[in-house]
Formats: sequence, structure tokens, C-alpha cells
Amino acid sequence: MTTTTPSAPADAVAPARVPDAGAVAALIAEAPAPRPTLARTFGAMMAREFRVLRRNAVATFTRAVMQPLLFVFVFAYLFPKIGGGFQLGGGAARPGAGTINFATILVPGLMASMLLMQGIMAVTFPLVMEFSWQRTIEDRALAPVPIRVLAVQKIVAGAIQAFIGALIVFPIVLFVHAAGQAPHVHVTDWAMFALILVAASLLTASLGLLLGTVMDPRKMQMLFAVILLPATMLGCVYYPWSALHHIRWLQILVLINPMVYMSEGLRAVLTPVLGHMPLWAVLLALLGGTAVFGYLGTRTFANRVLT
Amino acid sequence: MTGHTGDGLAIRTEDLRKTYKTSRGDVPAVRGIDLRVGSGEFFGLLGPNGAGKSTTIGMLTTLVLPTGGRAWVGGLDVVADPVGVKRRIGVVTQNNTLDMQLTVAENLEFRSRFFGLGRREASRRAANLLEVFGLADRRRAMSTDLSGGQAKRLLIARALVHRPDVLFLDEPTAGLDPQTRVNLWDILRLLHAEGQTILLTTHYMEEAEALCEQIAVMDHGQVLASGTVDELKEGAGAETVITVRYEDPVPGDMAARAGLAGRPGVSKVEADGDYVRVFTSEPAGVLGELVTAGSAAGLTVRDATQLKPSLETVFLTLTGREYRE
Repeated sequence: MTTTTPSAPADAVAPARVPDAGAVAALIAEAPAPRPTLARTFGAMMAREFRVLRRNAVATFTRAVMQPLLFVFVFAYLFPKIGGGFQLGGGAARPGAGTINFATILVPGLMASMLLMQGIMAVTFPLVMEFSWQRTIEDRALAPVPIRVLAVQKIVAGAIQAFIGALIVFPIVLFVHAAGQAPHVHVTDWAMFALILVAASLLTASLGLLLGTVMDPRKMQMLFAVILLPATMLGCVYYPWSALHHIRWLQILVLINPMVYMSEGLRAVLTPVLGHMPLWAVLLALLGGTAVFGYLGTRTFANRVLT
Repeated sequence: MTGHTGDGLAIRTEDLRKTYKTSRGDVPAVRGIDLRVGSGEFFGLLGPNGAGKSTTIGMLTTLVLPTGGRAWVGGLDVVADPVGVKRRIGVVTQNNTLDMQLTVAENLEFRSRFFGLGRREASRRAANLLEVFGLADRRRAMSTDLSGGQAKRLLIARALVHRPDVLFLDEPTAGLDPQTRVNLWDILRLLHAEGQTILLTTHYMEEAEALCEQIAVMDHGQVLASGTVDELKEGAGAETVITVRYEDPVPGDMAARAGLAGRPGVSKVEADGDYVRVFTSEPAGVLGELVTAGSAAGLTVRDATQLKPSLETVFLTLTGREYRE
């Protein structure tokens, strides 16, 4: 069948037009020569992350603020006001440390919890999207760098978001509390604090990468049930690890949870009045965990991208 | 930089293979293909869905790892030097792989920066590309807000930011309306006229015929034939293919009954199930003979087709099967 009238254009809004030959020639002839280097491409990818973060600033900020804000409001303001007699975690304090309010216990735990949440939100969720719908991961996989560099870039970008998320906890816990319930936070070793925070950020982002590459997108809700909830509830967020000595089997079992080391590490540098795990064990676990998750994550990432 | 391994060709493959391991066993997608694409050529990989075209393009663009054979793009081995290959190629994927989080202009700017352009250079390059591809008025739109045709144009523009030696397009016009498709063809012709080497896969016969200088016909992971459109028609006999289907199974001696055996021009007659198919260089009268012979044998004709020599008859001659789109 022949027809003389063309079918109605779908692009009626912006009619498709043929580019002019001279313009196409110029496009090819006058293109600046590409000179990619590993550092330039990596930097451009990071710049892309920050552009997206800036665009979604309100959503990102809300996501980062709501959790610690509500926690602190309930535990450091609401409970002391209504309960009076809440002595949560008080028994864990070293003898002679005096009464430790719950806000003090909560600060390092809340930061650790934020690290995990932000690390996973920043890496796992976008990654699962990029691998499933339309496989948009192919866009950056075609950038002139080895695939593993792309994986490392995702870890670094996620770690930065986790780091910022953890820092947001500070102003909240310092300002939101009932009278006399201010947390006793005192950093004596800033270098150690920074090291633990950075190592913990990298650990959660590496874990986020690993989860993002092995998760079945149809079973995303499992992430909360199987990973996030148990990791947080049993991650020494609301109680110091030493307090678990009453339940010895649990105290040993939770050692497989990376959250424990993040909470305890931050506890050691932020609220040293509380009992905490030895720092060498914390650092070993954080750095070792980053290495293991990072290695596995970049490997599964490369396996998913390259078929 | 020397192309000794690729013989100075833009693309070369040697017994290239890919077998996917699945839970249901090994699935061979590409079963040993040899391609040679010269610099500046417009090359088409033509075949039905599932022929192995996308897997082939995947291997040439380094995202699919071959399980056998070798391939070179711009003289570089795709397995040994994937980064070198990625620097020299532009890829238009079948899916819409635009960065959903970025605007139209940012999609081009960041891709330019991935390839080492400075910030200023990148935004100038993006502006030029948007102008040429008729997307300048959409520069601030999010890439998710583009129509199918606009998204495809942006994908092509993005593949060109770094002036690639070879442009790969995987089914570029699948799912587009006819007018948008013709518009894309014009763009590709202009790029080709400027010396751009292009490898395109398509399952549209007319697309390959309209655009490509060289065509490789693929099916079931193998190249059945390759050459120019004319060479392919010549090689496959340049015959007309006449198929008549009846309501009932045809008797085995149907060809003789219709007087087709020994008829001048007829090279092959297939009688199978409910149809008879005749390959002939002198088609006049054959259809009538088949209808008459059918009536004589008590068969009712269900439908009849007569295909003039085209890529479609080439495919029929090569595979004995109708082209499934």
C-alpha cells in the first residue's frame, strides 16, 4: 500500500528537522580532541554526583535530618519529660562515671545508624535502579575508565554522603533535648574521630555497593527486614556493647554486625565516659570490613556490568 | 596506535563467539562470526530479534565479554584494551540510557567531561550538539521529559561528544514512528557523508537497504551472507519467491502437478505441510499454475504472496524461513 500523506508526527511539540549538512560537518571537524585521564574522568563523575545532590538538596537534606531529629526528640526530650524514671543504659557506665543520660548513649549510636542508612540510601537504591530499569548503568560503563574505577567512584560518592549524614546528627543532639538532658560529648582525639568516621563511611558505602549489586530489585523490602533493621536494633545503637555482658551469647553474636564497631568506635572517641570496645578491635573491623566489602562489591559490580 | 592486529580496519572480528551460561544450560548467542568493516563505512548487521546482533555490538563495545575468538576496534583488542576502545567509540544503546537525574544539556556536558573536556569546552560542545540535533529549546528539560524521537537524537548526540572513530547504533529506530525514523536516517546519512564510520544493527530490511553500504545478514548467532545489497541479491540468485498456502496439506507431488519441475527459471520448489514455495527468476504465470493445480487437487487457496528480489527474499533463500520481525 502506498500513501502520499505522511502519518502525523509524534514529535508535534518540537518538530524533528534535518540538521544542515554544514553544521554536521562542523560538528565532526571542530570537535575538541578528547584527552581523558583517570583523574579527569573520576573527577567528572564526582561532579555529576554533586550536581545531582544539589538538585535534590531538599529531599536529601530531609532524608538525612528526619531520622535523627525524631529519635532525639523522643528519647532526649519526650521520654525524660513523661517518664522521669527512664534509666536506659545507665548500668553500662563505668563505675564511678556518675549518671549517664540516654542522650549521651544515643549520640554515637545515632551517628552510626545514620552512616548505615545514608551509605545504603546513597549507593544501593540508585544502583538497583541503574541495573534494572533501562540499564542506565551502561551510560557510565562506557566512560573511558576500567569498570572497577566506576565501582570505587560509587563507594567514594556514597561515603561522602554518609559522612555528611553523620555530621548532621551533631547539631540536632546538641540542641534538641529536655532541660538538663544535654549529652556529654567531648572529643579529645580529633584525628582518631576523623579516622573512625571516614573508615565507617567507607564501610557503609562498600556494603551499599555490595547489596546494590546482589539485591533482586523485586525484593527490595527485604533489605529493611533482613539488613537494616537487625543491623540497627542489634548494632549497639541504643546500648553500649559492654552492657550486653548480661546476655553473653548475644554479646558474641552481634560481633558479626559491622554496626557494632561503628557505634563503639564513635562511643570511644565521643563519649569515653561510657564503657567501649578497645580501639584496635574497632579499627581492625572497620578497615577490614571496608576491604572485604569493597573487594566483593567491586567484583560483583564488574560481573553485573560486564556480561 | 598501530592497527596491525586489526589490519587497519575500523572493526574486525575473528571467529567471535559468546555463549551465555544460564540455569537451563549453555545458550550460544554468537557462534563464530568474522566481520571486516573499513574506515568510513556504513555497515549494517541485519537479522531478526534474537539473531545475536546486540550481543555482537555488546562485545565490540566492551560490555559483553566474548567466550571465544577475537575482536578489534580501531586496531585495539576489545578484551585486552577495553579502555582504549571506549575512548574511540560512541554507542547508541537500544534502551534509553540517558542519565535520568540530569537535564538534556547536562547529559552532554558530563559525558564530555567524562572524556576529559574542561567545563567550558564541555558546555560549548553541548550547546553545539543541541543546536545541530534540534534540541536547543529543550536544553533545560529533564532527560526523562523527552519524547521517544528526541531521546534518540540526544542519545546520538551524546555518542558523538568525543568525536568517536566508530559510531555504534543498536536498533536505533525500533519503536519510533515513521516520520521520526526517516529524520534519524537523514541524520545518519549526513554523519556518514562526513566520513563517520557507522555500525548499525537493525531488524528492518528497508532500514539496512536504505542506509548501509555493507550488510551482514545474521541469524541464530551466525553470519549467513555479507556484501552490498546488490551483491547479496546477486549471491542469493536474485529470485522472486512465490508462496501459496492451502487450507489442507499439499500432496508430495504438487510441484510436478503444477508443472513446475523443469520449468525455466525455477531453481527450487519446496512443498511442505500446507504450502508450496517456488524460487524463480521468471515468475510470470507461476502463481496461476499453483492456484489451478491446487483446484485440480481439491485444495482451496488460503493466501498467496509473491516477493520481488529484496533482502527479504535473500533471507528466505539463505534460511528457508520467512523473516520473523
